[in-house]
Amino acid sequence: MEISVENLNVKYGNKEALKNITLQINSGKIVTVIGPNGSGKSTFIKAISRCIKPSKGNIFLDDQNINRINTKEIAKNLAVLPQVKNVPSDISVEELVSYGRYPHLSFGKRLLREDNEIVDWALKKTGLIELKKRLVFTLSGGERQRAWIAMSLAQKPKVLLLDEPTTFLDISFQLEVLELIKELNKNLGITVVMVLHDLNQASRYSDEIMVMSHGEICDYETPDKIIRRPMLKNIFGIDADIYEDKINKCPYFIPKRYSQTR
Amino acid sequence: MTLEAKNKQINKGLILTAFICFSVLSFLISLANGAVKISFKEIIDILFTEKFNENYQIIWNVRLPRTIVASLVGTCLALSGAILQGIMRNPLAGPNIIGVSSGAGLMTLIVLILFPSHYYLAPLGSFAGALMATLFIYFLAWKEGAAPTRLILAGVAVSSLLGAGNNIIMTFYPDKVSGVIGFMVGGLSAVNWKHVTMIWPYALLGIILVMIVPNRLNILMLGDEVATGLGLNVERTRFLFIIISSLLAGAAVSVAGLLGFVGLIVPHITRLFIGSDYRYLLSATIFTGSATVLLCDTLARVMFAPVEIPVGIIMAALGAPFFLYLLRRKGEY
Repeated sequence: MEISVENLNVKYGNKEALKNITLQINSGKIVTVIGPNGSGKSTFIKAISRCIKPSKGNIFLDDQNINRINTKEIAKNLAVLPQVKNVPSDISVEELVSYGRYPHLSFGKRLLREDNEIVDWALKKTGLIELKKRLVFTLSGGERQRAWIAMSLAQKPKVLLLDEPTTFLDISFQLEVLELIKELNKNLGITVVMVLHDLNQASRYSDEIMVMSHGEICDYETPDKIIRRPMLKNIFGIDADIYEDKINKCPYFIPKRYSQTR
Repeated sequence: MTLEAKNKQINKGLILTAFICFSVLSFLISLANGAVKISFKEIIDILFTEKFNENYQIIWNVRLPRTIVASLVGTCLALSGAILQGIMRNPLAGPNIIGVSSGAGLMTLIVLILFPSHYYLAPLGSFAGALMATLFIYFLAWKEGAAPTRLILAGVAVSSLLGAGNNIIMTFYPDKVSGVIGFMVGGLSAVNWKHVTMIWPYALLGIILVMIVPNRLNILMLGDEVATGLGLNVERTRFLFIIISSLLAGAAVSVAGLLGFVGLIVPHITRLFIGSDYRYLLSATIFTGSATVLLCDTLARVMFAPVEIPVGIIMAALGAPFFLYLLRRKGEY
């Protein structure tokens, strides 16, 4: 499923958080949004996931304007994993994942056998089937994030939006989550749009990277064209040496120092 | 469905059944006790086979309407609190937080003290006051959506503002205050069949809702953004639930006075037993709410008979320690 954004503007009070964003995200790609703090990355994700109302502009899912489609219909195609989530203390992994079926339930109906099969499928895909009776509360950070991804999967989405899915996880959990996202993208053809802070991870796991600064898109290209010295200096204010990761076929960098000129 | 999931469901079903039995028992206890003790057997006789003696009069004209009202008041307040704690994702939310007590209190005082000749408008006034205060709080909290924190802060502010209004009236008319004390602390002493007709439609509305909406509350518990992502219209759902909570609590307050405490504590106690899954929690709350008010009202009648204590006092005096005990035992405090 394609996402097209046309002239998107978002305002917080008087402050313009997003200015004239126009872009197209092609079906089946992994697109990562990078940028300094306050550049509008999360706002962008929230706007496409309809958590924030744009002040101007339109967002289309395969030519359908999301303003004109019933929100439950959108949820059948578009799953969102926000940064801020709340876990009731006595909910099991299986129950959490089953909430992913909500958009597919008709008014007042309960889960059918088919829904339960999809929940099991989502648990298997995320490697949580053994843990399904555990309380979400008692899981490790990585397992918990996988449980949320499983809930999104149970929506059977064509697009998955993730806002900083690796934040607060240690390096092994970060890789675990990113590998899972990559696998879901490859095997199920889910289009992924996510925000990451680690630029080397963005380079390694994305088909395309979108660079944001001050609410605008500065660049939107493949990783080898994005991870370059001028960008690191101008956008993030660091001097860095750039190398080639021959195994994963992507650039990576080692930062040298903070440079004053941003 | 797996065996374990089924077991869990059966367990929760058992707890729910226990609550239903408890509530029915409380209903009978409330009918049996008071200034005159009547045996269960006689109650059954009186209810189902006509026998026009003295006890028949007591049951039909006094105890039955009072018991029905007590039970419905408990259900309405407890449901209201359970719903609010869910949509605000805050364990301290209760009917008071959306201005039900302060709004209803102010309007009732205005009617009873400033226009005493129109005393019959008091229930209507308290109902309208509760709803108006809720709408006002919602309006103040609105800023591209009504976030729970802003709702709670606006609720606290409006409540103290209306509380000041209450105090002004009581300061200027000290001689008339004694007449409204009963309302302020909450009591069921003058309840009759008219009150039953005033409250049952709202209780019924609440119970019907419980049957159809618990999934939405479960999803709202996951956070606004998660709920939006799952296709729930968060603002519309929250507004709808706030209005329903206000109607439920407003109806209860208009017949029983300011008994807001039930709405705060009963949902908590119920949650400690049956968990936070709203599919079970709301149904259970219907019965725990009614049982709590029924038992407290019975105690209020018999403890210092023939003097009756307002049920609100009993509720706070017994409810708070019991609640603290449960919290400690469950290790959540």
